[in-house]
Amino acid sequence: MLSNKRSMLINGNFISGLVLAALGSYIFTQALNWDYMTIEGPGPGFFPYWYGLAMVFLSLLLVASAILEARTSENPKTVNWSEVGRALSAWLLFSLSVFLMKYLGFLIVLSALTWFVIKFMYQQNQKIAITTAIGISVGFYFIFAYALQLNFPVGPLGL
Amino acid sequence: MEILSGLFNGFSIALQPLNLLWCFAGVFLGTVVGIMPGLGPAATIAMLLPLTFGMPPTSGLIMLAGIYYGAKYGGSTTAILLNVPGESASVVTCLDGYQMARNGRAGAALGIAAISSFVAGTVGVLGLMLLAPPLAKIALSFSSPEYFALMILGLAMVVLLAGDSMIKALLAMLFGLWIASMGIDLFTDASRFTFGSAELLDGIDFVVVAIGIFALGEVFANMEMQGGASLLPVPKGMRELLPTMAELKACRFAFFNGSVVGFIIGVLPGAGSTIASFISYGLEKAVSKHPEKFGTGVPEGVAAPEGANNSETGGALVPLLTLGIPGSGTTAILLAAFVLWGLRPGPLMIQDNPELFWGLVASMYVGNVMLLILNLPLIPLFAQILKLREYILYPIIFGISIVGIYTSSSSFFDCWMLSLFGLLGYLMRRLDYPTAPLILGLVLGDSMERALRQSLMMSQGDLSILYHRPIAATLLFISLLLVCLPLFRNFNQWRIRAIEDNG
Repeated sequence: MLSNKRSMLINGNFISGLVLAALGSYIFTQALNWDYMTIEGPGPGFFPYWYGLAMVFLSLLLVASAILEARTSENPKTVNWSEVGRALSAWLLFSLSVFLMKYLGFLIVLSALTWFVIKFMYQQNQKIAITTAIGISVGFYFIFAYALQLNFPVGPLGL
Repeated sequence: MEILSGLFNGFSIALQPLNLLWCFAGVFLGTVVGIMPGLGPAATIAMLLPLTFGMPPTSGLIMLAGIYYGAKYGGSTTAILLNVPGESASVVTCLDGYQMARNGRAGAALGIAAISSFVAGTVGVLGLMLLAPPLAKIALSFSSPEYFALMILGLAMVVLLAGDSMIKALLAMLFGLWIASMGIDLFTDASRFTFGSAELLDGIDFVVVAIGIFALGEVFANMEMQGGASLLPVPKGMRELLPTMAELKACRFAFFNGSVVGFIIGVLPGAGSTIASFISYGLEKAVSKHPEKFGTGVPEGVAAPEGANNSETGGALVPLLTLGIPGSGTTAILLAAFVLWGLRPGPLMIQDNPELFWGLVASMYVGNVMLLILNLPLIPLFAQILKLREYILYPIIFGISIVGIYTSSSSFFDCWMLSLFGLLGYLMRRLDYPTAPLILGLVLGDSMERALRQSLMMSQGDLSILYHRPIAATLLFISLLLVCLPLFRNFNQWRIRAIEDNG
């Protein structure tokens, strides 16, 4: 019983089904706040009402199939959390870069992002990390800012 | 005879050395800028429009048409090599183009995209030349119910884009519809799903979602393992880099399908090249002998959407030149250029300005040849990108994605959204949700809702308007057939199994 519960919990279909059911319910309840029909025809609530309802129905179907699958499956899928951790770290790093771009400028942030990816995520030596980080930023400057005259977010150093 | 003499006259204008130069400049600039994610044909033409102000109208228009073609082709390059769709219509090219690159056939995929663009672009021009006036009249008979049915046909393609789970594909599509409804409702000014954010009042830009889901999602998934995604194979030698005869043979129907679908959809104002590429891809998969291989890197999966994307250019010029109606953002900017030159496109355009119309048609032929000549030799150069180590390639993709989004909107909020959709793209891959249906829902959601509400306004709430008109009824019937296709297949498989068991 415990293993069934565990397999169900780690089953992505079950969790994503629940999340989407909640989203569908939110869409549906929001749609109820807007006019479904007006004198001129369907209102802003008309379309979300129906696709919100469809989302709830389909996601519950997904949840049900996940429960059934977890009960019958003898070898439930396991998640390699270290792999997920690496991908989520990369995402966090990207998000942090977007945040810092406003204050430090695009080119400095791109250099730092490249250096971090090479040095820590791919564990290359410092020389490769630094030269590649500078090289990519210089390349971006010449192609996009100089040749194509596109605007980057600029930091305090004018980069 | 009149057409032939007009075309002859057109070639005598288009082949003038100066016009050839402008055509080449347009194709080249369009390709270069079109490679940038976020800068589609409309933005490219808008950016480069001032360059044409000092030119005679015919030369200016020839250059703009070259930019239009070039930008469309340029969008496919990053889609194939990096899974970064350069413009909205290139999203479909990512599905098989990027997989071909992963299988060591990046050069072949780029070659097929170039050849398909050439074939379809030429068919589009032929259509513009021969069928412009009658097709423009048919396009005008398309009203909201027909557009709604066309959008339903587009959404029915979800059946063909679904992976192992139809439920997940439908949920992804509904999620796309939800994103499409964000922002101000055009009919009532009500703001929907904006969470109190002023930035969301305009909705979320399609390119932000596409780049986040396709490019960043793929990079995050590849970064799960250190050294997990090995260097993509790039064969040596020009011969190995170009498509083989077998690959070209496999694309025969796709060239035709993409050309025809793209042109027809292009004629309809507002339909656009994205839906054309989705429908041609779906059609190609529906008639294929090996539909299960689509999405794993089949050349037809590149040829059909790329052809549709380019043939749409010729189609989109039909309502513009014959009726003066711009059917898309790009043709609206072209119309602005016409007005700036003191010209008025419409039913009398061919009669009043024959040298301009036929010069444009002939230059489009020439432009297509130039596009092919320019791009085939560049394929080996582009393919070298794949030789980069992953720890160099991924930061480059991050940088290109941010530059593409920021330069098209100058908004940090869009960059945040890009990050969010990157995470969503990763989670969808991790949980086996197909990404293409989400894009389909996003592309069609807004137009479908508008068409449905306009139809029901016309009929005062009577749903029969959607199936009582012949074109709408036909399109809905085809959609129904598409949706039922997997059921028939399942039934047939079950029937064969039952016969075998009994035997």
